[in-house]
Amino acid sequence: MTTAGTALGQAEAVLPEPRRRRTKNVADDDSRKINWWVTALIAVCSLTILIPLYLAVVVALKTPDQLAAGTGFEWPNPVRWENFAEAWERTSFPQALMNTAMITVGAVVLTLLTSSVVAYGIARNIHRPFFKGVFFYLLAALFIPFPIIMLPLVKQTSLLGLDNQAGMIVLYTIYGLSLNIFIYTAYIRSIPIELEEAARVDGASTWRVFRQIIFPLLTPMNATVGILTCVWAWNDFIMPLVVLTDPGARTLPLAQYVFQGQFNTDYTVAFASYLMAMAPLLVVYIFSQRWVISGVTRGSIK
Amino acid sequence: MTSSTQALPAARGAGGADAPPVRRGTKDRAQSTFYWMVWPAVIAFFLFHTVPVLVGIFYSFTNYAGYGAWNFVGLSNYVNLFKDDRILAAYGFSFLFAIAATVLTNAISLAIAMGLNAKIMARNLFRGVYFVPYVLAALVIGYVFQFLFSSSLPKILSGIPLFADNILTNETWAWTAIVALAVWQACAFTIIIYLSGLQTIPRELYEAASLDGAKPWRQFSSITFPLISAFFTINVVLSLKGFLQVFDQIVALTNGGPGTATESVTLLIFRGGFSGGEFAYQSANAVIFFIVITIVSLFQFKVLQRREADF
Repeated sequence: MTTAGTALGQAEAVLPEPRRRRTKNVADDDSRKINWWVTALIAVCSLTILIPLYLAVVVALKTPDQLAAGTGFEWPNPVRWENFAEAWERTSFPQALMNTAMITVGAVVLTLLTSSVVAYGIARNIHRPFFKGVFFYLLAALFIPFPIIMLPLVKQTSLLGLDNQAGMIVLYTIYGLSLNIFIYTAYIRSIPIELEEAARVDGASTWRVFRQIIFPLLTPMNATVGILTCVWAWNDFIMPLVVLTDPGARTLPLAQYVFQGQFNTDYTVAFASYLMAMAPLLVVYIFSQRWVISGVTRGSIK
Repeated sequence: MTSSTQALPAARGAGGADAPPVRRGTKDRAQSTFYWMVWPAVIAFFLFHTVPVLVGIFYSFTNYAGYGAWNFVGLSNYVNLFKDDRILAAYGFSFLFAIAATVLTNAISLAIAMGLNAKIMARNLFRGVYFVPYVLAALVIGYVFQFLFSSSLPKILSGIPLFADNILTNETWAWTAIVALAVWQACAFTIIIYLSGLQTIPRELYEAASLDGAKPWRQFSSITFPLISAFFTINVVLSLKGFLQVFDQIVALTNGGPGTATESVTLLIFRGGFSGGEFAYQSANAVIFFIVITIVSLFQFKVLQRREADF
């Protein structure tokens, strides 16, 4: 216990200024030697991530006969690109893609515009009972599981004519509020109020202060909220499943579900369809990887 | 960053007593603009979140089938829930699944996060790879796993009867395949949280500890784990809550089968409520499910935070 005790005592001595040290560490003065054992271990474990993705690609490139002959993992020869064309037709891919893209973009834009305003109103008045009450009211909803809303929600959306893409945008925006307010509020409270006061003295209205001073300062949190909303809306399955009624409104995951029955054992075309459904977000991720990861991290540790 | 955190308490202190620069309408009312910012959201949230919850609770005291006439039946839905083997089995499955998946996700994620936090080659590349599952739809990648379990593994592992006969059709073990898929995907997010926790630990600590002769395991149990226990708490609470509501993965892999062996509570509410004519009955189930999830989450916070304070 002594060693731990001294180590921990030192921890407290070091902790007060972790920020500067951390950025320094991350930069490049990491003087440790490269640990090859750990590198090898991490590399081997990362295969568990890559193998299913590899499987998805090679199955999508095979003919049914090639697939039946092997385990699925062999590289196809010759490659059959027609699977993609066939999947494109059979799942009405362009339509599903349009629906998903519309819902995702709409949800992200509407979320960014509304959540940040609400959070600003709450954060600047959190000492007032009304605003504090609203904050905890929204936060409490994080505990409520979707199944309890699901059954009545379907009645409600069809009654209001919201069982379509527009309704999905509204629902994602509203259901995202709880978490987004939580993320934004903590950040807004760290913005010094003096910044706003200077503008107010110059006669700027609250809306103007928000638009010209606060919103631009929220950029990192906007990125975080935008990424979380985007991934959620793009990949969500259960909400489109229960809310959307018109087949023409199908989203990508929903289209995979609906056509699963029709594909039956036609795995090669089905896999081409899966790949096309996963590809857009995957490509975006590959090109903005660091940005996405840091955005998500920021949101979860506030 | 430092200036902002210092300014905050000062600003808030001033707001309470004498705050000449902040011009507010009356003494302790916020500007009406702030109310305009918040009210629409409150109303929208009430209409689309709270109203459905209340409607669900209301119907749980009736015999509504989802269509047609209905009557109040008091608590009989709730009484019947506890006598219904299918409901109890769904709760049993959900908890078994959620606990197994939570333990595995957190153990694996913590190990990988520590690996990524060590000095390794191409760290950013690996970090990026491990995060990939986060951007994939659970349902779609679930179908890929479904093929893996039902068509590939029976050929590759034909020597092992469990896999050779397609584990997804095995009543006793099908749930482990769902755990594998869920953990595979959930680790992405959990690893990133642990990694950001590990990066807050100053490296000097480990140097000091190894000078004192602390072995790696001792360093883990005396430095690493205590210092990231807040991250551990949040990860365990979030993963258990998420896993209890499992749905997409089951639809993709087994659709609740074989029989009802892998039917989760969410799947049961979905099936019974929409196509089984059990709208009211499953609403009661959902109310119970909500209570269970709340109790479990609060209980976890209590236990884990007390343990945190002990260090």
